[in-house]
Amino acid sequence: MHKDNNAVRDEIIRRSGVNPRKCMRCGKCSATCPAYDEMEFHPHQFVYMVESGDIEPLMNSKSLYQCLTCFACVDRCPRGVEPAKLVEAVRLEVIRKQGANHLKADDIPALVTEELPQQAIVSAFRKYTK
Amino acid sequence: MQRIGVFVCWCGSNIAGTVDVEAVSEALKSEPGVVFSTNYQYMCSQAGQDIIKNAIAEHKLTGIVVCSCSPRMHEATFRKTAAAAGLNPYMVEIANIREQCSWIHKDMATGTEKAIILGKAAVAKVNLNAPLTPGESPVTKRALVIGGGIAGIQTALDIADAGFPVDIVETKPTIGGKMAQLDKTFPTLDCAACILTPKMVDVAQHENIRIFSYSEVVEVGGFVGNFDVKIKKKARYVKEDVCTGCGICTEKCPMKKAPNEFNMGMDNRPAVYIPFAQAVPKVATIDPNYCNMLKNGKCGLCAKVCTAGAIDYTQKDEIIEEKYGAIVAATGFNPISMDKFDEYAYNQSKDVITSLEFERLTNAAGPTAGKLLRPSDGEHPHTIVFVQCVGSRCAACAEKGKEYCSKICCMYTAKHAMLTRDKYPDTDVYVFYIDVRTPGKSFDEFYRRAVEEYGVHYIKGMVGKVSPEGNKLMVQASDLLANKQLHIEADLVVLAAAIEPDKSARPLATMLTASMDTNDFFTEAHPKLRPVESPTAGVFLSGTCQGPKDIPETVSQASAAAAKVIGLLAKDKLTGNPCVAHSDELMCNGCSSCERVCPYGAITYVDKEFRMPDRTTAIRRVASVNTAVCQGCGACTVACPSGAMDLNGFKNAQIMAEVDAICK
Repeated sequence: MHKDNNAVRDEIIRRSGVNPRKCMRCGKCSATCPAYDEMEFHPHQFVYMVESGDIEPLMNSKSLYQCLTCFACVDRCPRGVEPAKLVEAVRLEVIRKQGANHLKADDIPALVTEELPQQAIVSAFRKYTK
Repeated sequence: MQRIGVFVCWCGSNIAGTVDVEAVSEALKSEPGVVFSTNYQYMCSQAGQDIIKNAIAEHKLTGIVVCSCSPRMHEATFRKTAAAAGLNPYMVEIANIREQCSWIHKDMATGTEKAIILGKAAVAKVNLNAPLTPGESPVTKRALVIGGGIAGIQTALDIADAGFPVDIVETKPTIGGKMAQLDKTFPTLDCAACILTPKMVDVAQHENIRIFSYSEVVEVGGFVGNFDVKIKKKARYVKEDVCTGCGICTEKCPMKKAPNEFNMGMDNRPAVYIPFAQAVPKVATIDPNYCNMLKNGKCGLCAKVCTAGAIDYTQKDEIIEEKYGAIVAATGFNPISMDKFDEYAYNQSKDVITSLEFERLTNAAGPTAGKLLRPSDGEHPHTIVFVQCVGSRCAACAEKGKEYCSKICCMYTAKHAMLTRDKYPDTDVYVFYIDVRTPGKSFDEFYRRAVEEYGVHYIKGMVGKVSPEGNKLMVQASDLLANKQLHIEADLVVLAAAIEPDKSARPLATMLTASMDTNDFFTEAHPKLRPVESPTAGVFLSGTCQGPKDIPETVSQASAAAAKVIGLLAKDKLTGNPCVAHSDELMCNGCSSCERVCPYGAITYVDKEFRMPDRTTAIRRVASVNTAVCQGCGACTVACPSGAMDLNGFKNAQIMAEVDAICK
């Protein structure tokens, strides 16, 4: 398992408040999921992949947005794992990573020119240091 | 001043390998009170014990310290040695220099230093020891078994066969318990009734057994060997000794709408009823909630048709008081309620049933005379889905179900699936499982037979949802190995509901001062080495009241509990443990703190007259310890705010002397 993946996994676990280790692999979440057929990765796989740090495929999969957040899996999980909360946490990870495509804050000073309005620099810092 | 002898054991090289035993015996020579100190290769051997005996006589020793293994190992040995030499056995102290010293240290210098300190502590304690004499109490040679299921039946039969009288108290009108409701029993598939009912008859006919059916224990007092128990015999409105069990009353009773609990409420019974044909005692019982005569005085038909004249509408509850030497709890289990599992539609469809209901549906004496028919329309089901672990293995945070594995479901579901395929080969049978757990003799072979020979579809995964549609049940489930979601059109869904201890267990445990775990299972005195005894002396555990068990295990445990009871009742007198709590009445302020913390109910408060100055007297409320019940745990000595409570043999002063010796 890759170290970076561990860091992402730990962050997702922290953010969601879910302990995927409680999962006993009964599959009731996938049995109960109304959006099952639309998904590439099903709820039980989702929990397992987060636990093993296999987050990248989840972030790139459409499955992430097929979850209706109906919470049927949360309600029926006998171990109290709350898979839907993990889905939510991974979605948030995707959103937060979106900033990574943009300018790095450290790169901005090199791009500053005389013509650039002061306000634009300030807002660029505000935006890209978050 | 004591005259103390110190005996340091080498235990071969076990102690001598890491502890300089010569240095230890030399160092302890100069401790206060020590008049003799020596060491020997094996102190527990005959030669070693002779050294101790001779030294006691020669040096007129009043106390001895043996530096050796754990007191759990040889304290009893050395106490006997001391007693044989005329010394009070409670003047012996063991310094554990093996398990707590030589075995955990590698360095000789450290080991020796610690051994000397442990020896000094023991010497300091012996200096304050006083001779103790254990008390004796008589034993009432009669046992009480609470619960008349297979566990209670087996325990009672074994005790009675050993020649001791036994009473069985059963809340239902008949003994037999859950096993009487079962159809076949795994793994050999013999019929439950065929093997149980002869035992029930044995119970009924045994000269040493009395059955209090339709009765419950309402009060327990006393202590091991001398329990005083009050049993409430509920009014059954039928004279038990007159009724012949002919069943005419049950046929003629016009009120036939009472739910039949023996058939899990799947059919009805009359207001006057005999639970099943082989009931013991075979006596009718009138259900006051349904009998028109008892409710509004309008009927009395059963009294008219009873040729024996056994009906008595005026019968009242009766309290029976009896003394017992030992009590066995055998209160059994029930399946949990399915109310919190809406997803399985148990309350929406009659065709979603629990496994115990399925047993009744396949039982020849059940509501369908053994034909597997759907409860809703009486049709033969062609697709049956079994769901395992319903309410078992649930995390506490899920707030439904139980955390433990119910243990018996895997096997009975395999049995149900196999028998269904055997009788009705045109049926498709699915079993959804999380894990199949089949440890036990011939158990896994049984499960494999269901799969390989009977073609039961075992699917790794769980059912998520059952929705009734028309006369079908749409089952949505996951097949984890195929990574698919399945949709099965089923005719019958069977839920393997978790089992829980009977609701009567908790109040009973309170009466017995027996401890329970968070799931309301009785706690055993030791999970491995004393599995059939409660920590409360004289209380024993039989069957599922201690934890989930199948029939073979229950019967083994029931016989084990009986053996323990027989061992107790065979004694004429019980020798107590003299290391019990003792209250200094002059210091006791009557606050009741000790009474509240005592886990054994050994402390009571009494009003006692005390001499006061100037020839006056005063009545004060003081604690009194029942030494036969006290187990010497010491909780009271900690709770006592005035320092009146002390533990014989482990007095606060003795413990403090040990601590001082260690810290010096």
